[in-house]
Amino acid sequence: MTTPPTAPEIVGDVEGAAPLAPPRGPSLPSAIGAVLAGQLARARVARGPLLFVATVQSVGILVLMRGVVSPHQRATASAVVAGATVLVVAFVGLNLLAQRIGALKAASALDYYGALPIAPAAFVLGVAGAYAAFTVPGALVTAVVGVLLWGLPAGGIWVVLPVCVAAGLALCGVGAVIGLAMPRPELATVAGQLAMTAILFLGVIPAARFPAGLDVLRHLAPGTLAVDALAAVLHGTGSVGGVAWRLLVTAAYGVVALAVAGRLFRRALDR
Amino acid sequence: MGHPGAVTADTATGAVIRVRGVDKAYRNRGGEPVVANRAIDLDVGRGEVVGLLGPNGAGKSTLVRQLVGLARPDRGSISLLGHDVVARPRLSARFVGYLAQTEPALDDLSVSSAIETTARLRGVPRREATRVAAELVDELDLGDVSRRPLARLSGGQRRLACVAAALAGDRPVLVLDEPTTGLDPSARRGVWGAIARRRERDGTTVVLVTHNVVEAEQVLDRVAILDDGIVIACDTPGRLKAAVTDDVRLELVWREPPPYDDATVAMLASRARVEGRRWQVRLPHAEARPALDRLLTGPAYGALDDFTLATPSLEDVYLALGGRSDDLERE
Repeated sequence: MTTPPTAPEIVGDVEGAAPLAPPRGPSLPSAIGAVLAGQLARARVARGPLLFVATVQSVGILVLMRGVVSPHQRATASAVVAGATVLVVAFVGLNLLAQRIGALKAASALDYYGALPIAPAAFVLGVAGAYAAFTVPGALVTAVVGVLLWGLPAGGIWVVLPVCVAAGLALCGVGAVIGLAMPRPELATVAGQLAMTAILFLGVIPAARFPAGLDVLRHLAPGTLAVDALAAVLHGTGSVGGVAWRLLVTAAYGVVALAVAGRLFRRALDR
Repeated sequence: MGHPGAVTADTATGAVIRVRGVDKAYRNRGGEPVVANRAIDLDVGRGEVVGLLGPNGAGKSTLVRQLVGLARPDRGSISLLGHDVVARPRLSARFVGYLAQTEPALDDLSVSSAIETTARLRGVPRREATRVAAELVDELDLGDVSRRPLARLSGGQRRLACVAAALAGDRPVLVLDEPTTGLDPSARRGVWGAIARRRERDGTTVVLVTHNVVEAEQVLDRVAILDDGIVIACDTPGRLKAAVTDDVRLELVWREPPPYDDATVAMLASRARVEGRRWQVRLPHAEARPALDRLLTGPAYGALDDFTLATPSLEDVYLALGGRSDDLERE
């Protein structure tokens, strides 16, 4: 039954001829910008309620902790406020992003980006950037509420912005890795939830009260240094150099995670 | 706008796509290996519109995913405009405008911004991308829905918007996986027209996956028929049909149970593919006419609701070549 699949219309071939130069793709910043714009359009549809939930969760934790930590325990209060603020970033950047990428992968939606002349990094950074941007309002609200509850100095609130950038990179990077690495979307959701819960405990429990032996985990968590940087500023003990250094290391964590996500992206396509 | 993939003289007469000996297997959800493509050879010349026709599961989409660099063959070679895209899979994305079978990535975007975003991601500058999107909205008659998100459109409109996005950025090669599935006849003609214009204007090469035999016969220069991962035939629709030219297709629709004691009815029943009241029989031209005459003048006529006698279609070619599935579309 098999007939040879010949191509009768072909009169020659390109072997030996110079291959056609491929058309240029967009530059990396332009590709990231286009992916980001597309994801932000999605934000208008779906992110509002979820961001509200993320903020309510963190504010709820602050109210709860206000019953335990008195305004005199300024160091502890600063750590709690910083942990709850970074938790907003973890909720959106890690949990929701892992879910979103897991769902995109399961629906074969990654094919769209994989068949475009953009680096995998452009996709990962574009999506992660959009999710990191969603976190800013919730993180600011949480930090302001915390400052008011414990009467902490409000002058350092602006540090929430660089904290969102650095922690956003790190937590979105881990979220992207989870979303791409998990074989099924349900597993990505569970892993994202578990990772966010880990960030919650590792971030909100002040370093000084951490059980001995478990502080290694705290150091390994992607958001810890960002929590420490913000806590130091809110407590009034942070030096510019110390804060910058912690945020740079956090951002570097994110760069490594995003690079791993870029590699996983190609592998996720060839299913 | 200049055509970014304007084809040079070196490649003007050559195979734009050359596939040799491609094997591909993947693991299904249960972890079992599924052979999707076996020993696929295929050449597509510049400006040709070549179709991959076959039932669901024949391996068409797996093959095109390898053409666009989303999957790597287990064995074999694929060259695109002279480039080895198995060794450098990301090069494909720079030559090819690809439409996947589904495009959920675009669901949240409006029609215009889906096209514009795709154009930008293909390297078209922002302002020009806006113009490209407006032109494609006009060309495919999407003006009424251009500001609505794809997720809120009907299946046909959404598909049409995704086709428009695939056409954005004028790539020298288009790989379209079922571009007209779910479209109404007028939108389908709109897509065929858009493909024809690009072929004439830019010499665009098109590989189009379909399981619609009408589309295959009306639009394609050549058809590769896939079954169970193998190309079982590849030629022009006319030549493929000529290969089974002795046969015609007799379709009978019964109003009442057919009289099986009639010799002609019994003969046809033994060779018919039966779908409810509808029988479809392929038989040599010389036999078909007298059989139909006997039906129309004999006792079977009273039970017959409708009949048609037609020349062979690509579906008949598929069946004559040993194709076993019956889920090709005929409308």
